[in-house]
Amino acid sequence: MSAVIENHHDDHHHGPAKGITRWLYTTNHKDIGTLYLWFSFAMFLIGGAMAMIIRAELFQPGMQIVEPEFYNQMITLHGLIMIFGGVMPAFVGLANWLVPMQIGAPDMALPRMNNLSFWILPFAFFILLSSLFMEGGAPNFGWTFYAPLSTTYAPPSVTFFIFSVHIMGASSIMGSINVVVTIMNMRAPGVTLMKMPLFVWSWLITAYLLIAVMPVLAGAVTMMLMDIHFGTSFFNAAGGGDPVLFQHIFWFFGHPEVYIMILPAFGIVSHIIETFSRKQLFGYSSMVWAMLSIAILSFVVWAHHMFTVGLPLAAEIFFMWATMLIAVPTGVKVFNWVATMFRGSITFETPMLFAISFVVLFTIGGLSGLMLAIVPADFQYHDTYFVVAHFHYVLVPGAIFSIMAAVYYWIPKWTGNMYDERLGKLHFWLSFIGVNVAFFPQHFIGLAGMPRRYPDYALQFADWNMVSSVGAFLFGFSQLLFLFIVLKTVMGGKKATAQVWEGAKGLEWSVESPAPYHTFTTPPELDWTPSKAD
Amino acid sequence: MFFKFSRNLNKSLSLLVIFLATPLLNADWFALNMTRGITDISNEVFELHMLIFWICVAIGALVFAVMFYSMWAHTKKKNPVPAKFHENHKLEIAWTIIPFLILIAMAIPASKTLVKIYDDEAGDINIQVTGYQWKWQYRYLEDDVSFFSNLSTDLDEIYNLVPKGENYLQEVDEMVVIPAGKKVRFLITANDVIHSWWMPAFAIKQDAIPGFVNTAWTVVDTPGIYRGKCTELCGKNHGFMPIVVKVVEQDEYDLWVDNKRQEAIKLAELTTKDWSTEELMERGQTVYEVNCVACHQTEGQGIAGIFPALVGSEIALYDKERHIEILMEGVQGAAMNSFDYLSEVELAAVITYSRQAWGNAEKGDGEIVVPKEIVDYKEPKI
Repeated sequence: MSAVIENHHDDHHHGPAKGITRWLYTTNHKDIGTLYLWFSFAMFLIGGAMAMIIRAELFQPGMQIVEPEFYNQMITLHGLIMIFGGVMPAFVGLANWLVPMQIGAPDMALPRMNNLSFWILPFAFFILLSSLFMEGGAPNFGWTFYAPLSTTYAPPSVTFFIFSVHIMGASSIMGSINVVVTIMNMRAPGVTLMKMPLFVWSWLITAYLLIAVMPVLAGAVTMMLMDIHFGTSFFNAAGGGDPVLFQHIFWFFGHPEVYIMILPAFGIVSHIIETFSRKQLFGYSSMVWAMLSIAILSFVVWAHHMFTVGLPLAAEIFFMWATMLIAVPTGVKVFNWVATMFRGSITFETPMLFAISFVVLFTIGGLSGLMLAIVPADFQYHDTYFVVAHFHYVLVPGAIFSIMAAVYYWIPKWTGNMYDERLGKLHFWLSFIGVNVAFFPQHFIGLAGMPRRYPDYALQFADWNMVSSVGAFLFGFSQLLFLFIVLKTVMGGKKATAQVWEGAKGLEWSVESPAPYHTFTTPPELDWTPSKAD
Repeated sequence: MFFKFSRNLNKSLSLLVIFLATPLLNADWFALNMTRGITDISNEVFELHMLIFWICVAIGALVFAVMFYSMWAHTKKKNPVPAKFHENHKLEIAWTIIPFLILIAMAIPASKTLVKIYDDEAGDINIQVTGYQWKWQYRYLEDDVSFFSNLSTDLDEIYNLVPKGENYLQEVDEMVVIPAGKKVRFLITANDVIHSWWMPAFAIKQDAIPGFVNTAWTVVDTPGIYRGKCTELCGKNHGFMPIVVKVVEQDEYDLWVDNKRQEAIKLAELTTKDWSTEELMERGQTVYEVNCVACHQTEGQGIAGIFPALVGSEIALYDKERHIEILMEGVQGAAMNSFDYLSEVELAAVITYSRQAWGNAEKGDGEIVVPKEIVDYKEPKI
């Protein structure tokens, strides 16, 4: 196998094909990584535009801009697009670019499947978005699509939604199989499991989570399909079914899913903090074990999303304790990052700024998560803006900041050009201020008693909603600056060295910038180990 | 340094601060926290919330202090040669064990409170709460009282045509009345989709799920009016089905129950009365505006693709029998539920209204429906 690859690709002048077919037919991990990243950015802007509509409507009490039906479509699509179109494909894109380079492999193990897993995604989102123009409108039952609102009471477009979710699931499963096979089989000699860079580790664990839970999601939507079109009653109480069963199935997928959206971030942030602290990562093996524990625990905490459905006391207590337990490995990770910075030699380039604010703001989101685990208190928090604030803190300055940090960190390697540091910092500060002004007041709104998914609200919530909207607009429009910075870097800029960052360690920094179309066609000689070298 | 900006950046940042400051200055800086509520349980929940909150603040402060110290003291400028350490087993064991102990210290009081909340013994008063799209029904099991509670905020307020009242979106046409000092148990369920009954002042939030009955209980000592909301997305008017509970002294409660019973008897008498088309139309319009307008819209035009139009509908024009049947039985597999919980008078009136209004009378057979026909429908068919 490797001999065949060498025969074909040893020639370094062999570059990409020209024109559109390069992107349609490509099996190159770097091209596919680029496709994923651009796709997720496009989805990020579309999902973001929907968030702008939501925040504009909530700017003041009363219905001003949209009708409640359309508002519900916006919150549903915003959630689905950001999760399945924004965050997940971005991480898959980063995995495509980085995993082979970080383990010294020539490409992903299953390159044709890699192409397929990307190219079905645009169809999935085309179907989902087209439902906006269908009679009865787009899905309007929230991204959690609880039955029977999403079955008996759903608009006809729900069938298209189900098909679209099936395609997204197939894409994710293929993508994760590819990651697992690549990591398990294609590491360069000497890259043992416990010497793998943490981003690779985080993706290995994420991929297993995806393979475990995406079929569960597929099962849930298939049961919905049967209920809607084939007369079954899985979730229909009138037919002897159980609406709570839907929630159990959904959250058995949904909870690991939220870790799918944060584990790769842990990997990214570990690399960046290590690089800009110019100091070896503190507690590498405890980082790995912490991620493994978080992943395993994620399968036994799902019902903490359902504390108010009327679970028996024993179940409430079990899920409360199990959920709180997750704080231990998560804490270990945060302490390790801080200990890495401690007595380091720190500089504050844009990736580091994003990474540091990731640690701070993700910790805030984690602590509010701990509060939500306390069942009696959750009776007051559940389904209020406190929850909205919590998960936006872990997803926006959590997952999304890590993706932005990763883009700034590795874009010199991808394009061969340095980004504009001044603009990068401006983008960081605008995003940082915007995100906090948008989401911090939502804690107050929630505690004061405003439920989530409300298109209109009582007057006592007006002030902080207005503040939150202003922050959201600032954050939203700042992302156009990000687009500009990325485009500017792709077009040109100061040339990057192979090393790029003074403190950077790892195989991807041993190849020139931009990384050649084919890297490591012969396995690299390791005179140091990627994560443990001094 | 991460503070270093050119002058232009500084200028644009200060503009930004001014832009942000305006709403911040106007904001209510006192409405930041959970309210204590008025029951023993809600107080306990509040204390628990504050306990965890301060523990989280302390943990956060400690972690961020170390971090910010590093960011200040361990910059490349001040500390050009980084330290070499990358593990410390004692430290790592400590920061695994200590958080674990803190968590146990939080979980124990939380579990104790939870055990208190989980008491499903019958109350002195038992009220069945049923969520509907988009209203609540309350049935007092002992006192044989039953009514619906709808949002009473005017549409004009919602669409900003008139100033908003003090209890905007938190007011209903009929409040739940309970006596002070008695244990009240709520049996919570739903008729169509999942709703959730939240009364922050009692620290009660229980999902209302079709096919399930969840319970919650409270003892309120302080008379007053308390306001809550639906907290599970239940369709387009999810934000418009508030909950208002009025706590009164026992004698006032007894009086209220008597009044409600008298009203029910009067309503039953109406069934046998002779009704004119005008009377039915007038009453029907009120029923329509409360129960039907959310889906079928003000002019009976419906919403294309989801909610069928009543204007010019074959059934509303020519098929009286089917019209009655749909209201009584609902439509299988669609959002249209049975409305058999309405009174015979209300049903007859609203059917008549939708057969007569919006020009339907001229286009169709124009037949009216009288309460007697609904009574006949309900009789067992042989």
